[in-house]
Amino acid sequence: MSASDPLDTPTVTETTAALPAKVDTPLRRFLSDYADSPLAVVAAAVLFLIILIAIFAPWISPQDPYDLATVSIFDARMPPGSYAMDGTPFLLGTDGAGRDLLSAIFYGLRISLSVGVASGIIAIIVGMSVGLAAAYAGGRTENLIMRVVDLQLSLPAVLIALILLAILGKGVDKIIIALVVAQWAYYARTVRASALVERRREYVEAAACLGLGHARIIFRHILPNCIAPLIVVGTVQTAHAIALEATLSFLGVGLPPTEPSLGLLIANGFDYMLSGKYWIAVFPGVALLITIVSINMVGDQLRDVLNPRLQK
Amino acid sequence: MSVFILRRLLQSALVMVAMAIIVFFGIHMVGDPVYMFVSPDMDQADIEQVTRALGLDRPIWEQFWAFMTSAIQGDLGQSFVFGESALGLILQRMPATLELAFAALFLAIVFGIPLGLYAGLYPDSKTSKTIMAGSILGFSLPTFWVGIMMIMVFAVVLGWLPSTGRGETVDVFGVELSFLTLDGLQHLALPALNLALLKISLVIRLTRAGTREAMLQDYIKFARAKGLSRNRIVGVHLLKNILIPVVTVLGLEFGSLVAFSVVTETIFAWPGMGKLLIESIQQLDRPVIVAYLMMIVFLFVVINLLVDIVYSLLDPRVRLADRGN
Amino acid sequence: MSKSPVLEVNDLKTHFFTKAGVARAVDGVSFSLARGEVLGLVGESGSGKTVTGFSLMGLVDAPGKVVGGSIRLAGEELVGKSEHDWRSLRGRKIAMIFQDPMMTLNPVLRVDTQMIEAIRAHEHVSEEAARERARAALARVGIPSPDERLVAYPHQFSGGMRQRVAIAIALLNEPEVIVADEPTTALDVTIQAQILYEVQKLCAETGLAMIWITHDLAVVGGLADRVAVMYAGRIVEEGPVGEVLDGPLHPYTRGLIGSVPSHNQRGKRLTQIPGMAPSLLALPPGCSFAARCPRADAACTEMPELVSASDRRAVRCHHPHRPDEPAYEGGSA
Repeated sequence: MSASDPLDTPTVTETTAALPAKVDTPLRRFLSDYADSPLAVVAAAVLFLIILIAIFAPWISPQDPYDLATVSIFDARMPPGSYAMDGTPFLLGTDGAGRDLLSAIFYGLRISLSVGVASGIIAIIVGMSVGLAAAYAGGRTENLIMRVVDLQLSLPAVLIALILLAILGKGVDKIIIALVVAQWAYYARTVRASALVERRREYVEAAACLGLGHARIIFRHILPNCIAPLIVVGTVQTAHAIALEATLSFLGVGLPPTEPSLGLLIANGFDYMLSGKYWIAVFPGVALLITIVSINMVGDQLRDVLNPRLQK
Repeated sequence: MSVFILRRLLQSALVMVAMAIIVFFGIHMVGDPVYMFVSPDMDQADIEQVTRALGLDRPIWEQFWAFMTSAIQGDLGQSFVFGESALGLILQRMPATLELAFAALFLAIVFGIPLGLYAGLYPDSKTSKTIMAGSILGFSLPTFWVGIMMIMVFAVVLGWLPSTGRGETVDVFGVELSFLTLDGLQHLALPALNLALLKISLVIRLTRAGTREAMLQDYIKFARAKGLSRNRIVGVHLLKNILIPVVTVLGLEFGSLVAFSVVTETIFAWPGMGKLLIESIQQLDRPVIVAYLMMIVFLFVVINLLVDIVYSLLDPRVRLADRGN
Repeated sequence: MSKSPVLEVNDLKTHFFTKAGVARAVDGVSFSLARGEVLGLVGESGSGKTVTGFSLMGLVDAPGKVVGGSIRLAGEELVGKSEHDWRSLRGRKIAMIFQDPMMTLNPVLRVDTQMIEAIRAHEHVSEEAARERARAALARVGIPSPDERLVAYPHQFSGGMRQRVAIAIALLNEPEVIVADEPTTALDVTIQAQILYEVQKLCAETGLAMIWITHDLAVVGGLADRVAVMYAGRIVEEGPVGEVLDGPLHPYTRGLIGSVPSHNQRGKRLTQIPGMAPSLLALPPGCSFAARCPRADAACTEMPELVSASDRRAVRCHHPHRPDEPAYEGGSA
């Protein structure tokens, strides 16, 4: 049992006053349930915008902050709303090297999000395989796997990632490895829990009686029923991964300076903060915050919407 | 009872050994372990000498045996940077970290329980909704970011509190403590609050959930039917029931406080073992990293053991309370 | 009855203001209770009997509220009292026993703590004096070796013993009235019988008046002096227990008695009351029982009043049975 369990108690959504939808497809019902909370809709919209910014950063940024030709050291540490020597506006000011902060944040979002999402996908694949294997094998194998999972969940993720990075060193690949190792156990636990429930259902036994192969039973029957909890856990864990990467990069053990994620931008700005140049750390911080909070809010609402159906 | 403790002790020892194996072979897997014990500026001859001296030319299981025997004697190598025993360095920095962690634990209880109680007793009030929104933020905001904001607001803009170091300390039985001086307390305030934030949110949620559940129980209504005052009902009947799970969870969370102090100590330049760890990682001071890791695993094992024992002592009543829920 | 009533309830109304509408859980309940008398308050779940009990204790929580009527305890009007006054009344003048003895005692507090606090909430007495009274109360409800039991935790008692402890707590301040909400439903039949016997003895000896809320007509038959049958928030029939059980006037009472297994001969089907208890949110305008009643006709679309059927009995029905009709007919319509 992990100590964080009490937090997982699902909040029960009130049954929605069924909208008189003409075609009641599952997707439509899902969307109307989701739209129940206006705040969650706003969060989803913000998140969508952030993802667009991350994808199109090179095309929408006012400046390429890592192109030495466009960055001038004479523009360094300018407050928000000032203008470059050549007249380009710096909406959010510039950082210590004279980069436009807005552009740096756009690029930083791109790196933070891709690291978070990449590690999330790999962790889901690893955790899902292990969790399914545990649930399907049962007996001693399951016991052993779950012992390892429990042991890992009892250690804070930040500690596991720190130690791994201490051994591995810096780098995009290394931080993704560290984030995967720090997170796979959550997915393994989630998948095993719902797979166990499904495994005991009659239709799985029926499928086994029909002589269907293991692979077919797992992929056609058990796996689809684990998807909903995986989506919920995956959303929240991705927010965690992004926050964790930012933390590690801020501590100087995560990404190298050549991959300036939001965490690194904040770390750079932290040095200037004591001298009153707040914007260099604060604006990337706000960007990070909006990202994490909107993902968490979307995750919360997904949990509320998807949960009642899981418990059928 | 003693059988239970004995079994748990054995399990704990097993976990320690397992961690030692993982650390040992993990470092072997990643690179030549000799680099754990030599500094980067040694030449090839020196390295070979160290390799022989450490017995790294021998078969791996012999090496593992040597590592384990010296580890049991408390020898985890010398720090390259400080030239001292790595374990000694960690132990020397540990009181600062523990002081910070205990201060954070204290804040988590002092803020978390009353706020959670209020939110549980008056779930529909505006104040409660604000408290809960705050606790959700407390969960999603990264610790380091909140720390930075605290420094900016309280140290830079308002200038109320210092943002770096431990301040004036008092020597108590050879251990330096900050919280006994006013200056030390001022230095402790921001980092402790920063470290506590996540746990305050956790305690608020636990207390609120426990309160809401307990208030619906018949024993609360029966207490009211006896004509007891509200203070007595909340302060004794309710609090005693929700305190057991809250304290148990907090006990288990102490280890994560120590682990998270890595972040807080770095931001607030608090000279504990977490800051030492980050410095060691940046300077590739591997013996210190290993010593920190073994130390923190040891700490986790001890805490889990203690909480399990305390919990099992409370067990008959706890079981009953659970059935009541 | 020549004795002056200790408790008089008149046109009590307790409504619940929910999002879905106003639920009239108690809607014009009147009865009175003499010293030493046991009144059985009978009804299905949802009939409002428990809410009536809580209303008497001032323990109705939001969204519920006592919206009208009067409760006079020993001549003192209780409706409209402040929470502070209620607190000093509860446990001192009027006490309550709950259904599940597993849940009513606080699991993490010792029995002596829970008893002594109940005394000291109302009187400034020393801890020792309070403990002595607690010990005496335990002894009085038939708990062996009360000294040892005082320092035990609730989980160390059996269910029946726990309910005795709850009764002892209710007795501590020698209240005028005890409201007992299905206190024996969760217990074994033999233990139930023991407790009923002790309670009867207590009432006879001390002049304690009691309202015994239950759905179990057998318990009422063996314990109560009078019985009031509730349906959908109203009393539909009231009278001395023997007369009501032998010759029920209201079709609902008749249905209730008919559905108790012991009254039927073997091999015969139990009679059932057709349909379901109506939702309190959408009560029909007339008699609430009309939809399930074999005797209902056009007259029943108007709410009948509770009218005297004899000097000691009252019924709320346009077409009551005669008191001399046999209580059960066997086989339903």
